[in-house]
Amino acid sequence: MMAWLHRLASPSYFYDFSGRLIPWFGWLCALALAVGLVGGLVLAPADYQQGESYRIIFIHVPSAWLSLFAYMVMAVSGAIGFVWRIKLAEIVSISCAPIGASFTFIALATGSLWGKPMWGTYWVWDARLTSELLLLFLYLGVIALYGAIEDKRVAARAAAILAMVGVVNIPIIHYSVEWWNTLHQPATITKFDKPSIHTSMLVPLLVMAVGFKLFFATTLLMRARCELLQRERNSQWVRELVGS
Amino acid sequence: MQSLSDFLNMGGYAFYVWTSYALAGVVLAVNLLAPMRTRRRLMGELKRRARRTRRDDAQA
Repeated sequence: MMAWLHRLASPSYFYDFSGRLIPWFGWLCALALAVGLVGGLVLAPADYQQGESYRIIFIHVPSAWLSLFAYMVMAVSGAIGFVWRIKLAEIVSISCAPIGASFTFIALATGSLWGKPMWGTYWVWDARLTSELLLLFLYLGVIALYGAIEDKRVAARAAAILAMVGVVNIPIIHYSVEWWNTLHQPATITKFDKPSIHTSMLVPLLVMAVGFKLFFATTLLMRARCELLQRERNSQWVRELVGS
Repeated sequence: MQSLSDFLNMGGYAFYVWTSYALAGVVLAVNLLAPMRTRRRLMGELKRRARRTRRDDAQA
């Protein structure tokens, strides 16, 4: 296992291996999203309180989950790259940032579009919404910091520090609906309680969440491979790759 | 869900629901196409550079 992990961290092996994973992740993602959309938009019944408007949940909640998940992947691989100076971990970390920012944006925008008909406003400065907005700024900060420094090894270390410090925001987002009196409702699905949602709505929600995770995995690998080629452009294996 | 027009109407919430889905679709599409474009550009660049060095080596 350790030997395999060690081999995976070698750029040329990772490039090859990830190239073979991408189509699998990609097609599974397409399948999950197709099933989730049919289940969420067509098969699931209307909500007894919110009518059809609740169907926004099938993209809002999976993207909100993913916005936190992607941040943790970015911070953990950033920390690994920072401590052990593994170039591949730096690359994975920085490749998470634009995808995470995209999903944070989707969560905020769809939440806003859901808030208007249900709460009567597009935006309130409550704890959940504000901390999620801060998450978007953290992602943008990581992207900007990495882009601003010429030497990419130094840039990755700076971005990793920002990503690690920003981890403090993750539990704040998660518990914001319990710690503060927010307009945002508390979690529908928790590990400990039975979910407060019917199976006909729960299944498409979870399928969409899996689909979004697969989308993240697919595009993360695609971005990481580009970044790797860019950074390793002068190495022997890249020369052989483009030469042959 | 009785008919297509009922489906598209989303119980009167059409604007909010469909804007949400369209927005998510656009953001996902951009995220998929961006690394593809980067890769094509980068590969072209690296291949041109490889041809140049081979030519230079041949002349030397």
